[in-house]
Amino acid sequence: MSFATVTLDLLESFLQNGLVFILTLLGAIPLGLVITFGSMSKFKPLQYLVKTYVWIIRGTPLMLQLFVVMYVPGLVFDMPMQSRLTAVMIAFIINYSAYFSEIYRGGIESIPKGQYEAGQVLGMTKSQIFFKVVLFQVIKRIVPPMGNEIITLVKDTSLARVIAYAEIIKAAERYTAMGYIWPLFYTGVFFLVFVGALTLLFGWIERKLDYYKG
Amino acid sequence: MNPILEVKNIRKSFGNNEVLRGINFTLNQGDVLVIIGSSGSGKTTLLRCLNFLEEANEGTISVGGKVIYQAGGGKKMTDAEIRQNRLHFGLVFQSFNLFPQYNVLRNITLAPEMLELDKFKAEKGKKPSLADKKRITDEIEMHAKDLLTKVGLADKMDSYPFQLSGGQSQRVAIARALALAPDILCFDEPTSALDPELTGEVLKVIRELKNDNRTMIVVTHEMEFARGVADKVIYMADGVIEEQGTPEEVFGNPQSPKTRAFLSKSAIKG
Ligand SMILES: Nc1ncnc2c1ncn2[C@@H]1O[C@H](COP(=O)(O)OP(=O)(O)OP(=O)(O)O)[C@@H](O)[C@H]1O
Ligand SMILES: [Mg+2]
Repeated sequence: MSFATVTLDLLESFLQNGLVFILTLLGAIPLGLVITFGSMSKFKPLQYLVKTYVWIIRGTPLMLQLFVVMYVPGLVFDMPMQSRLTAVMIAFIINYSAYFSEIYRGGIESIPKGQYEAGQVLGMTKSQIFFKVVLFQVIKRIVPPMGNEIITLVKDTSLARVIAYAEIIKAAERYTAMGYIWPLFYTGVFFLVFVGALTLLFGWIERKLDYYKG
Repeated sequence: MNPILEVKNIRKSFGNNEVLRGINFTLNQGDVLVIIGSSGSGKTTLLRCLNFLEEANEGTISVGGKVIYQAGGGKKMTDAEIRQNRLHFGLVFQSFNLFPQYNVLRNITLAPEMLELDKFKAEKGKKPSLADKKRITDEIEMHAKDLLTKVGLADKMDSYPFQLSGGQSQRVAIARALALAPDILCFDEPTSALDPELTGEVLKVIRELKNDNRTMIVVTHEMEFARGVADKVIYMADGVIEEQGTPEEVFGNPQSPKTRAFLSKSAIKG
């Protein structure tokens, strides 16, 4: 069992972590925005409904949510989950969109009322105010917390293993079963490299947005 | 001469708190109205009603003889009508409210550009070509630069708001409001957020605007400035106009005991 074959094997399964990562971002970034609009709705029943939903999603472990999505359709509705990837994606996107929505909400609510009012008295429409005045300021403010959350997501992808999804730690455990423990520890390097690259990326974005203060 | 602005019986409540209790006044073209009054008397709320940031519960606002706001006037105004009507007024905020992500020039050109491009679309029924767009934006930019020169900040057009002093920020905010050529420019305590040594440069700009014959409404606690710049003074107390008149009348010979008490307090403070 050479170092090179283990590396290649782990790298291949780490692609599954990467896939879960990318698909979660693609789904949760826009879905989070929809949830934000719900939780900021002036229509109170909708607001409470969405807030309760966010509370439930953020208040229970992602691991438990994975189990629920994987097994409840089969047990309760007699419609067994067909693919593990689908189950993983549903659970991850639901979970992360709830977190993202709270970050967005914090960002939007942190923009002073005066910015909206300045746009209003200058005759701008609501959408002009949102897109030309507010949005960019929100993006600047949410980049650091989004960076944190996205780095957490990298590591959370390994939770997919609890419903037997073939990600990197699950792959490494096969070696453990054969009596080799080091590949399991070695997986840490893959996460570190990925997170390192993301840290550099977010640092670069923050610097780009740092041309103004406030 | 018909007044440019006519405000009739404006009332405004927040919940049970009646903040404006029947405000009536008129203002002539080119006149400067200074509004004074103690904290909580409703000065800001009045300016906000004029600028459609608050909806008055009762009353009408007319500009140039045309009713632009009528409370409970049957049908509700559409967003587009509100936007159209509020452009009769400009508002300079106490806290400037510049857009931090844009440089000084862009702060000024952003709104006029969007308005002109929208107007082009509405009039011509098509999107402006690149050449049209360039002509429109160039024109607005030139105008913006003139305005910046006027407020003494031509050299700051590429700066960002965080790089400006309070006085400079407020002057940019004034240029931004002027860029839309409002009939009536309102100021809500334009110098209250400034260090004392910076208030002068802002007050100077307002005095110059008066010389250009601009119609303005200024809420201020700067009594000396008020006396010098005003054509008309309103003293507000508890949501009503307690006294109004020329500066000589209101400052020199106040009739109401409340006005006298307020002015003597201000004199001690000032
Ligand atoms: N959005 C609001 N909701 C509820 N009450 C408000 C609101 N805005 C103003 N008020 C109340 O209306 C009253 C008048 O406030 P306003 O800001 O108009 O006073 P002001 O004369 O501008 O005072 P200051 O000199 O302190 O700026 C105050 O009692 C204030 O608490
Ligand atoms: Mg006020």
